[in-house]
Amino acid sequence: MPCPCQSPQADLDADVGRKVYVAHGTLGKGVSPVCQRDGAGCRGSDEARMTIHPVKDMPTLTVEETDDLCRIVPAGAWTIHESAAMEAQLAELKLPDGVRPVIDFSQITTLDTAGAWLLHRFRGDLDYRGVRVDLENLRPSHRVLLGEVEKHHPPPWKPERRPASLVRILETTGREVVEIGNDVRSVLHIVGSLVSVLSGVFLRPRSLRLPSIANQFDRTCIGAVPIILMMSFLIGAIISQQGGFYLRQFGAEVYVVDLAGVLVLRELGVILTAIMVAGRSGSAFTAEIGSMKMREEIDALHVIGLRVTEVLILPRLLALILAMPVLTFLSNIAALFGAGLVSWFYLDMAPRVFLDLMQVAVTIDTLMVGLVKAPFMALIIGLVASVEGMKVGGSAESLGKHTTLSVVKAIFMVIVVDGLFAIFFSSIGI
Amino acid sequence: MSDAAPPTEYDTDRDAAEVSALSKPSDEVILHARGVTVGFGSTIVLQDLDLDVYRREILGFVGGSGTGKSVLMRAILGLTPRRAGEIEVFGTNLETASDAQRHAVERRWGVLFQQGALFSSLTVRQNIQVPMLEHMRMSDRLMDELALLKIEMVGLPRSAADKFPSELSGGMIKRASLARALALDPDLVFLDEPTSGLDPIGAAAFDDLVLKLRETLGLTVYMVTHDLDSLHSICDRVAVLGEKRVLTAGPIEELMRFDNDWVQEYFNGVRALRRV
Repeated sequence: MPCPCQSPQADLDADVGRKVYVAHGTLGKGVSPVCQRDGAGCRGSDEARMTIHPVKDMPTLTVEETDDLCRIVPAGAWTIHESAAMEAQLAELKLPDGVRPVIDFSQITTLDTAGAWLLHRFRGDLDYRGVRVDLENLRPSHRVLLGEVEKHHPPPWKPERRPASLVRILETTGREVVEIGNDVRSVLHIVGSLVSVLSGVFLRPRSLRLPSIANQFDRTCIGAVPIILMMSFLIGAIISQQGGFYLRQFGAEVYVVDLAGVLVLRELGVILTAIMVAGRSGSAFTAEIGSMKMREEIDALHVIGLRVTEVLILPRLLALILAMPVLTFLSNIAALFGAGLVSWFYLDMAPRVFLDLMQVAVTIDTLMVGLVKAPFMALIIGLVASVEGMKVGGSAESLGKHTTLSVVKAIFMVIVVDGLFAIFFSSIGI
Repeated sequence: MSDAAPPTEYDTDRDAAEVSALSKPSDEVILHARGVTVGFGSTIVLQDLDLDVYRREILGFVGGSGTGKSVLMRAILGLTPRRAGEIEVFGTNLETASDAQRHAVERRWGVLFQQGALFSSLTVRQNIQVPMLEHMRMSDRLMDELALLKIEMVGLPRSAADKFPSELSGGMIKRASLARALALDPDLVFLDEPTSGLDPIGAAAFDDLVLKLRETLGLTVYMVTHDLDSLHSICDRVAVLGEKRVLTAGPIEELMRFDNDWVQEYFNGVRALRRV
């Protein structure tokens, strides 16, 4: 908005020998507080000041200077809503040397803690430099508010600094290593207490908690059947299609049966099932135990005299150990069915032929190699899930973090252990 | 920045008395509810409930457990759907309001939930800064300073600023949550049992704080509470919830003469008399 009087300061200087500065900042919003009247030029600072408050309650700051007095007049609503503008105006304010500053509160329409704090901080800064600032026209409510702000003065502000990145990397690495050590310890702790609970089962069969195991079995096994069947069927079909496509170039498509049979029964069935179970049940275990930890339910179990291992972990682990072989077996069947179907339609191999070739290609040992691994995988998934669940802290974020970690660690460990089994079986010649 | 603040010249006590005379409730209705009905399934919790809250008043809400005090508060805040009735806050009907209008109302109220409802993955300071970050544009420095100011104002030690909610005691959670409710200097605050779980000294300080905020900021307070001390010492009016509606609302002296068994038992019962 163009200013009607080209040089208000010069006019004022000539008129009354007082200067009016306006701290610019919010003035772009509309009306210039100094020269918004008749356009005939500003006639004096008193009049100029009177026109300040009609500005739509935006916070503004004007400075009037007489010989030895510097009157700082905040006006409008000094509230948190325009705090950025208020802070900028106060920061831009340059006070001439050798004058006594006064803050005049008469033009403030609303003052809240943010406004009061900014004015108080401004005053404190000047005070620190040895300039005493007086306050004028304080309303009682302003005085109470300023008093409150002064009483609860926050400490000097320091921007947060982060340590150099190399140090941070080293620190994180170190912490991770210690964390791995702690993990191993807690796994051993849980295994130990499991053994002690299980040995107690012989003396007190009731501590086995069969209903709880049945309930967990229902959730981890029965609930997982459809998705595992579906996934394994598709994987089996894909293996046989891909294998068939390449083997057919050499006229060796009959070996698709060996490929699919051995691969699925020895490795894929159990691995796929373990991955699915880790994602489905392992994450659920962690989240259940973790949220119980968060809400002090674990502590409640402790003080009632129940053992967390016995009540929460053992039923889940046992249910998982029972469920994994069942699921693995179902996964094997589904995958072979998928492979057979593709062989029939894609490779024109009659089901009868497929079955005959399968009987030659695999033995009962091939199936057992896969199934034997299943309970171990279950143990790994269950232990990792329990350990991560017990590590959950007080926040929603840590629950999410440990649930993720549980799944990631479980799948990683499953693959590592599968590799160890492969070495073991090949060295004993199966 | 000077830590040494200028010497005090604000005679707070004298002014507080002067201000409290000025800051009596006005006739302006800030929250207006008519015919509110809320139910879950086949149970009706509130039926045809009418309520007015005036600017700058401290309204205490009492009622037996399960009479729907928290449900009413949640219905006003728009967290629980209602079956019938109208609720206007600051003259805005939140059901028909545009997003911008709703946003404007949300800046002007603050809520202290019964369990605190602090964000568990943020520190106390960050919790207080959430509304500032969301609704305002301000510098980091000012945000930090205001957060610390609020932390001190609600009576938390400075060291609590960088703690996570799980590291706080129950009373500290209440205070931190109040600090968050006050982050934007709202006009209206809803407090759900603010002093339950606080020791009597802490509860009295909390009452003082609420009173002081009303005086300085012109705060309107909607407070669900069972603390007879709070009801006696700071509430301008007390509303009683029962029989699915507001049975009565008025200054506590009137309520003590109100002819209803529950109200009589509540205000003139053994516990109420024992405290005298």
